[in-house]
Amino acid sequence: MRKTVLLAAACLFTPLAIAAADEGAAAPLDWQHWQAGNEVSNTASLQRGARNFFGYCAGCHSLKYLRYSRLASDLRISPDQLKADLLPAGATPADYVKSSLAADDAVAWFGKVPPDLSLIARARGPNHVYQFLKTFYADPSTPTHSNNLALVNPAMPAVLSDLEGVKEAVFRNVEVTVDGSVTTEKRFDHFVTTVPGRLNAAQFDGFVRDTVNFLDYVGEPAQVERRSIGVWVVLFLLVFTWIALLLKKEYWKDVH
Amino acid sequence: MASNDAQFRPGFWGWLNKRLPVESFIREQLLEYYAPKNFNVWYFFGSLALLALVLQLFTGIFLTMFYKVGDTTAFDSVEFIRREVSYGWLIQYLHSVGASAFFVVVYLHMYRALMYGSYKTPRELLWLFGMFIYLALMAEAFMGYVLPWGNMSYWAATVIINLFSTIPVIGPGLVEWIRGDYGVADATLNRFFSLHVVAIPLVLLLLVALHLVALRQVGSNNPDGIEIKDRRGSDGKPLDGIPFHPYYTVKDIVGVGVFLALFAIVVFFVPTFGGLFMEEANFEPANPLSTPEPIAPSWYFTPYYAILRAVPNQRLGALLLLLAVLAFFFLPWLDRSPVKSVRYRGWLFRLFLAEFTLSFLGLMYLGLKPPTGMYVVAARVFSIGYFAFFLLMPWYTRRDQVKPVPERVSFHA
Amino acid sequence: MTDAGSKADDAGVDSDRRKFLTIATGATAAVGAAFAASPFVASWQLSERAKALGAPVSVDLGKLEMGQMITVVWRKQPIYIFKRSAAVVAALVRNDDRLKDPKSADSDQPAYATNEQRSRRDDIAVLIGTCTHLGCLPKQHFEPGDVELGADWPGGFRCPCHGSRFDMAGRVFNGSPASVNLRVPPYSFPNETTLLIGDDGSAVQGAA
Repeated sequence: MRKTVLLAAACLFTPLAIAAADEGAAAPLDWQHWQAGNEVSNTASLQRGARNFFGYCAGCHSLKYLRYSRLASDLRISPDQLKADLLPAGATPADYVKSSLAADDAVAWFGKVPPDLSLIARARGPNHVYQFLKTFYADPSTPTHSNNLALVNPAMPAVLSDLEGVKEAVFRNVEVTVDGSVTTEKRFDHFVTTVPGRLNAAQFDGFVRDTVNFLDYVGEPAQVERRSIGVWVVLFLLVFTWIALLLKKEYWKDVH
Repeated sequence: MASNDAQFRPGFWGWLNKRLPVESFIREQLLEYYAPKNFNVWYFFGSLALLALVLQLFTGIFLTMFYKVGDTTAFDSVEFIRREVSYGWLIQYLHSVGASAFFVVVYLHMYRALMYGSYKTPRELLWLFGMFIYLALMAEAFMGYVLPWGNMSYWAATVIINLFSTIPVIGPGLVEWIRGDYGVADATLNRFFSLHVVAIPLVLLLLVALHLVALRQVGSNNPDGIEIKDRRGSDGKPLDGIPFHPYYTVKDIVGVGVFLALFAIVVFFVPTFGGLFMEEANFEPANPLSTPEPIAPSWYFTPYYAILRAVPNQRLGALLLLLAVLAFFFLPWLDRSPVKSVRYRGWLFRLFLAEFTLSFLGLMYLGLKPPTGMYVVAARVFSIGYFAFFLLMPWYTRRDQVKPVPERVSFHA
Repeated sequence: MTDAGSKADDAGVDSDRRKFLTIATGATAAVGAAFAASPFVASWQLSERAKALGAPVSVDLGKLEMGQMITVVWRKQPIYIFKRSAAVVAALVRNDDRLKDPKSADSDQPAYATNEQRSRRDDIAVLIGTCTHLGCLPKQHFEPGDVELGADWPGGFRCPCHGSRFDMAGRVFNGSPASVNLRVPPYSFPNETTLLIGDDGSAVQGAA
């Protein structure tokens, strides 16, 4: 999974940025293959992602397995900063991250309780979360007046539209042959921005990547530590194996 | 070598040996246990299976200290272990990756037996104990998989337990009895927990002990399939044998090092192994109203699962699944060849072994794929290939043109 | 461990090298085993949950009457909180010659409670309610001259298990099996009617 990071940085980031900036290019937008390309060891990105999450997501979504204190120490956020920026009134650093939305209100407004996002990046994968956050478009036929390519008819409205702007999705009709008969099928082609947002395409892409990166961290807070310990463990075992191999060869000189 | 007089030595060693046969045990089991000198890389997997068992017991004991059985607590407690217990994430990954590593090692260990005829006379009972270990391991792995109470845990339990419903007459009642509820529920989780952490580990330990005692009785086979006990030197020791200690202890340590290094790479860098060792759907809590898509069992069960799905009849599918596992038990009596090792068998056996290998791996792959289109056709072909290996064995092993077996093992220092 | 001698008569056997490599392998394995054991040892440490549950406890003193005692739980220990009159506090010094450790020199309490009344504020006593003998909970016998404890009883606590007796400042009387005074937890008063147990009010949170 992690190997995709380098790959994404090398070959996906540039074309993606172009694709995002150059909406309405000739080729259909290949959103299913977008990669989050996030790097959990990038603490600055995680800090921005945390700020994004608490600014735009925490109103409705909880992170019920994560404590503020753990978040602060992993992301190198000082206790004062934590208190000033992230901690809701009345909460202590040892509390888990709860949403401020009451379950009854949520059902009344959205039809369901917004899911806890502690494990969303593990259960769906960071790429899916990235694709979801980037493919909202205006759709007057839904209650939220928006729709999504990665998750059709989501209960969640396009909450990031003030940053991203409002996009219209352009579909084209494609003739497909199924069992000999030709039918036309509506396929997504590209987005057109109708109302610009506060961020340009590259800025918004960075915003989403940081947020996805934060959610990836939340899914497995120990992962940075895991990889850094792993290097030493494997190196140690290789040294051990080498010494054991010398011992084995020495003894097996006897065997003819 | 010293005679059996450790008990007359002065000091603590003598005192101890008078009361407990420590020294004679070490001598008989390690220094005077002669193993064939021509073991190749396939012979690492026996000791590695033992290592995997110890690893699972040890990490399992620690996980049990923090895990909270119960349909409302299990999922949260596993996340608690991964997040809030010091190094709990490591212990949990060691156990979940360890389960897969155990099966990797056991499958390679079993394949070694297939290649070199290690199940043949006089090792039939050794093979049977091994097969019972394999059965117990499958039960242990399945029940362990249910414990995190993720959505894949829940649906794996649902699907597997429902297999019992295909048993005529008693099926439906049996399924309810196993679950202890109208569906997979808290009662099911509790009984699986008890079986997973107490009952089956005890059975496994007993079977492993029997497997080892039987091995010491008949001695190890080897890549040439020659009985080294038949060729003894003037000192009465097998000419092609070397003392297990130090030669195979130092060799097995190397195997342990390589295994642990590979194991650590998975544990620390790809613990979910791209969803093969830990499925993404299991990071969502059990949900009786939503079946994860795609649903597939753990990779070590997929060959049998693919056979089950290849059959367009529920009862027959379940029966073939059962037979596919049980077929291994009959190998010692299906194989009529005068030689053990593939090295001295003819092209007919080699052809069937290759065909079986391909079928098994093919089914393993197909079990992870959706049962549609060409996948179903391929699964049927491989299922036939799987059973042909066993059913035709009495015929092709008798007809096979075997090569002459040498007097002594082939060994190049 | 290894029996280098068994084949040492073979030509070309370097037994020094064998011995060295055996020790090197054994030593590396021992180091590895120690490292491998460390996460399992570490897993028994206090979890984040245990630490969070051990956070300071806030108690409202607004309804605490004179002479009344309440018990709260902080870090799995009963904390006795009671309000003493000025007369009770003034009388404490009269116990001194009957006590094992009147100045609390050998007892366990924060610096601000190392005084005659063993408290930060004269009127409010805060004590860990586990007997320093073997951990039972001493019972309150605040009335002087208690029928069970005799006419000269000045008021305090008596442990039901082994009979240790303590005064109104938690100091242990002579003749008790316990040898030190009841312990005092770290605490502070953020305001007049609030007691915060587990926090001295110093800068570092939970530095008890």
